[in-house]
Amino acid sequence: MELYEYTVHELIEKLEKGEITSETLTKSYFDRIKEKDNKVKAYVSTLEESAMKKAKEIDEKRKAGKPVSKFAGIPIGIKDNMCIEGTKTTCSSKMLENFVSPYNATVIEKLNKEDLVYLGKLNMDEFAMGGSTEHSAFFKTHNPWDLERVPGGSSGGSAAAVSAEMAPWTLGSDTGGSIRQPASLCGVVGLKPTYGLVSRYGLVAFASSLDQIGPITKDVTDSALLLNLIAGHDEKDSTSMDMEKKDYTLSLVNDVKGMKIGLPKEYIGEGINEEVKQAILNVAKKYEELGATVEECSLDVGKYATAVYYIIACAEASSNLGRFDGIRYGYRTEKYDNLKDIYRNSRSEGFGPEVKRRIILGTYVLSSGYYDAYYKKAQKVRTVIKNAYDELFKKYDLLLTPTSPTTAFKIGEKTSNPLEMYLADICTVPVNIGGLPGMSIPCALDSKGLPIGFQLIGKAFDEETIFRAAYTYEQNSNFRENKPTFKGGDN
Amino acid sequence: MAISKEEIIHIAKLADLNLSEAEIEKYTKDMQEIIEFANTINNVNTEGMGETIGTNEKVNVLRKDEVVEFGNRDALLQNAPSQDEGMFRIPKVLN
Repeated sequence: MELYEYTVHELIEKLEKGEITSETLTKSYFDRIKEKDNKVKAYVSTLEESAMKKAKEIDEKRKAGKPVSKFAGIPIGIKDNMCIEGTKTTCSSKMLENFVSPYNATVIEKLNKEDLVYLGKLNMDEFAMGGSTEHSAFFKTHNPWDLERVPGGSSGGSAAAVSAEMAPWTLGSDTGGSIRQPASLCGVVGLKPTYGLVSRYGLVAFASSLDQIGPITKDVTDSALLLNLIAGHDEKDSTSMDMEKKDYTLSLVNDVKGMKIGLPKEYIGEGINEEVKQAILNVAKKYEELGATVEECSLDVGKYATAVYYIIACAEASSNLGRFDGIRYGYRTEKYDNLKDIYRNSRSEGFGPEVKRRIILGTYVLSSGYYDAYYKKAQKVRTVIKNAYDELFKKYDLLLTPTSPTTAFKIGEKTSNPLEMYLADICTVPVNIGGLPGMSIPCALDSKGLPIGFQLIGKAFDEETIFRAAYTYEQNSNFRENKPTFKGGDN
Repeated sequence: MAISKEEIIHIAKLADLNLSEAEIEKYTKDMQEIIEFANTINNVNTEGMGETIGTNEKVNVLRKDEVVEFGNRDALLQNAPSQDEGMFRIPKVLN
């Protein structure tokens, strides 16, 4: 077995026993990247020199018997919208193509304390706006299970890298499904934590009331380990919750007896691919066999979540992206005579078409005459959706849905129709609207050999129940015996 | 209520974006479809409902108004497209 094939919890054991070094481990990933990334194109930039240097330092520390974190020397890949000091953070945009982070994101500070090794920065839809990574201004990322298909998005690079074993784990960010949907399409585990559990400081803002950073991993155990590292209050993010730190690995218990799981009927009905639906029903059956109760329920207002999401997310984005004016950082046009020209031409040349579309939509719903009808109304509907979740969680511990209504679609299939692309998020956006935690866990392959993921949704700040149920499923199934084939797309 | 080309031009101006003729055509069509979809939220009865701005408990987070030195001016300035003597350089504004 090659080193890159192991999970992080297996690698930690090998490092601690001295069976492997961080140097050989880190090198195995860069070798793998050289072998596979010309096809997958997950990385925007790699950090080989600094990573190898860091790995050697950790090895020397360990060899000398100095105290090191158990995570010391474990490699990780980071979505390219999180700042690592002194390295480029591009958001896969021409606007930030040459931006060098002047400071570390809080999640990076936390990983630095544990001495993790950064492999590189991962491709995404420009400014995290999209569900296929086709909106990257640089290049498209390909799905390792079928190179002619998308990896999902916006954290497509982060999910494809774990799937193709070009990183043992990665960080992504999720505003409307951007961790869970690509995790589902690439056959890996993706967790969007409760809003406020992980600090957003140093994450380039898309929609501030919805954005969350979370782990993309090979299995549920690694997800709990990585959440342990990144969760916690941060005074630099006033929306991060000040609460006692938890050890999520304590929830890795193979037992769901007595657990009550709701199965909202709207997400196994119209608009959901038949094979996906069947896979979800099989998961439900499995949970029942394992001692949980699964009951059909209804989240009727969930069907408005996508409309609410695009109004709120785009409104927030149009405001957040106002800062890009070609003055302090980012792209500056060469064509200008005055200050207004700099603003306007820099923005027009620096932003890609999907980003412009969302800025226009956001500006429209916030503009005089439409504010009440769209933005304010959407925030009220958001309350209705939150209340509906609250009602369901009086009865259920978890909700079970598909993560994505379909498996991976073909590159180019949805790019001409933005609304169709937006509807790829129907199963994931309601969770962000409610601020709840959601996890995608791979469960089956469809007839084309493409991964299907199921989503577990929990109460706010109750990641533990998700971990327990996800772990139990994983221990009683065998999805990880499947490996991506890298078929198709001989380019 | 369909969005007109003129509205898209107005909105783009507010957002400091120049649009080509082709972009105006495309975004007008896209916005018409997206706004029609967004209008479905009017089917929800929100009478008496408050607005959800964030999702956590609505507590004001207060802190002391203290200056914290960032300490690395060069790192900030290196990203400026044009700078001069520690300042961001822009074209002349006053005549």
